[in-house]
Amino acid sequence: MNISSILFYAIAAFILGAGVLAVTSVKIFRAAIWLLFSLIGIAALYFWMQVEFIAAIQIVVYVGGIVVLIIFSIFLTQHSGKEMNSPAVGKKLVSAMAALFGMAFVANLIAHYEGFTYPSSKPFNPNVSAIGTQMLSTTSHGFILPFEVVSMLLLAAMVGCIVIAMRPKNDIENSSVHNNQTN
Amino acid sequence: MMQEIPLTHILFVSTALFFIGMYGLFTRRNLITMLMSIELMLNSVNINFVAFNKYLFPDNLDGLFFTLFIITIAAAEAAVAIAIIINLYRSHQSIDVEDATEMKY
Repeated sequence: MNISSILFYAIAAFILGAGVLAVTSVKIFRAAIWLLFSLIGIAALYFWMQVEFIAAIQIVVYVGGIVVLIIFSIFLTQHSGKEMNSPAVGKKLVSAMAALFGMAFVANLIAHYEGFTYPSSKPFNPNVSAIGTQMLSTTSHGFILPFEVVSMLLLAAMVGCIVIAMRPKNDIENSSVHNNQTN
Repeated sequence: MMQEIPLTHILFVSTALFFIGMYGLFTRRNLITMLMSIELMLNSVNINFVAFNKYLFPDNLDGLFFTLFIITIAAAEAAVAIAIIINLYRSHQSIDVEDATEMKY
C-alpha cells in the first residue's frame, strides 16, 4: 500500500461520496455544488492516471462551463434555498434496490472476468502534440471527420439554444402593452 | 509505478458512479437535477474509456478521443437541455416533470 494507491482510494471515495450527495440532497443548490465536487474529483482521477490534457478539458468544460450553466439555470428557475419535494419512500426504495442490484451485477461480472490482456507494462504518456496531430490527421487513424461533425453539432446546438430560449416577438409586445396599462 | 491498482478497481468506481447517476435519474422529479444525474453517468463512461486506453492499449489514443468527443457532446446537450428547461419554466412556472403533462398518453 504505497502513497499512489492510498491517493487512488481517497479520490474514489471523494467522487462517490460527492456523487451520492449530489443525487440525494434536498436543496437543489447544494446538489449542484456536490456535483461540482464530484466532477473535480473525476478531474483529479484523470490527473492520477496521468492524462493531464483530459483532466484540463474536464475542469474547463465541466467545472467551468456546465456546472456554471446549471447554477445559472437554478437561479433563473427556482428559489435556491427552497427544499425540493422528497420522493415517496416506496419509489426511493425501488430505485435504490434497482441501482444496488445493477451495481452488484456489473461488479460481479467485472470481478470474475479474466480476459484482460495487459501489455508488457509500457508507459502511457500521451503528449498534447500527439493528440493534436492524430485529431487533425486525414489518414486512416485520424479523427478529422468526427472533429468536423462535432463542430457542426456545436454550431447547431448554439443556434438551437438561441431559437428555443428566445421569447416570441408578440409575447414581448403583449407584455410591454400590459406593463404600460398597469403603469 | 501505479500498477498496484488493477484496472478492475477503476471499473468498480465507474460502475458505482453510473448507478448513483441512475438512482438520481429514477428518484428526482426536477429537470435540472435529472440533467445533473445524466452528467454523472456520462462522466463514469469517460473514466472507463480513459482507464481502458491507459491499461490495455497504451500505444493508441482512441479512448482519449472518445472521451473528448463525449465531453463536447455533453456540453452541447446540457446547453440545449437548459434552453428547453428555461422555456418550460416560462410556460408552466415549474420545471417539475409531473407538471408538464400535455403530451402524456
